[in-house]
Amino acid sequence: MPVSTTSSRAIYDALKGGGIRLISALPETWLVHLIRMAEEDPEMTLVRLAKEEEGVGISAGAHLAGMKSAMLMQNHGFLASINGIVSCAQLYRIPLLMLISYRGEFGERDPWQTEGGGVTEDLLRALRIPFAYLDNVSHVAARIRKAQTLAGSANKPVALLLCRDLMWEEPA
Amino acid sequence: MRRLDALKAVYGGLEEAIVVTIMGAVAAELQSIGHRPNFFYLQHAMGLASSMGLGIALAKPDRKVVVFDGDGSILMNLGGLTTLARYRPKNLVHVVFDNESLLSVGGFPTATSTGSDIAAMAAAAGIPRTATVRTLDEFTASFGEALKADDLTTIVAKVEAVGPSAFVTDLALLENRFEFQRWLRQH
Repeated sequence: MPVSTTSSRAIYDALKGGGIRLISALPETWLVHLIRMAEEDPEMTLVRLAKEEEGVGISAGAHLAGMKSAMLMQNHGFLASINGIVSCAQLYRIPLLMLISYRGEFGERDPWQTEGGGVTEDLLRALRIPFAYLDNVSHVAARIRKAQTLAGSANKPVALLLCRDLMWEEPA
Repeated sequence: MRRLDALKAVYGGLEEAIVVTIMGAVAAELQSIGHRPNFFYLQHAMGLASSMGLGIALAKPDRKVVVFDGDGSILMNLGGLTTLARYRPKNLVHVVFDNESLLSVGGFPTATSTGSDIAAMAAAAGIPRTATVRTLDEFTASFGEALKADDLTTIVAKVEAVGPSAFVTDLALLENRFEFQRWLRQH
């Protein structure tokens, strides 16, 4: 499966380097390597979820207790988490670092991903969640670090969109 | 059993524990007994109190975490029971006050009023210690055992559908949040 191991490693190392010690995740194709890296790392607590919104509560609890966390989800998982994001994380000013695989953008072949892809950015803007794209391995570490910095200083959720050009290796 | 009496009965045991409650009557009643800096009231995000408890329990494995949940709330996050069971934090006591209704919004009956059994669902999800209690004595005993037990417990306490006359208290949400964070990080 052409999910980029190199990019996944860069993302994982940046999370680890930023002090992240708990990752919640719900599997999706682009996240397979990241989830495996978290699982194989004895210093990381990986929490596999039944539904992504649980991850908001888990990260909120971990944050208040002083543990840095990140959430790995697909954009449809972001859609499924919105009440938790608004009425837990935003209401209570909790920093969340959300890494959202951005399915359904240009190049998407799976018809079922296209509708969610089309509303992802508008929803992030409507919720006033600061976001940036991760679409090139050269800026992965810096953007993750800056996203974490803003989440912490603003006490707010932030999102990084994991884009096809970064996550998926296919012949040009 | 009234929920307020159940909370009063175990209040003394909460001094050293980390406590997370759901919104509405549970939060208002616990505050009416006496707020402490180690109590957090999740005044929205129904369903996520148990998930917050899991996050805290994983981050602070050496301290007891007590979640006061409700039937309406846990019914919104039944999948979360499987996540609790999967990671099985031994320091987490999960209490579900089951009044078989959504009391805060007018008392509409929930599915536990027609037979859905939360303790059975928790057990089937894999939570190792579960119980349903119906009297104050049973609740007090069951809660005391859960605090001493070194394993994840879900106690479903059947309570009357009565609550306080008002749900808004003078404790601001963010005041509670930052005070609680400070306490957690100092203890």
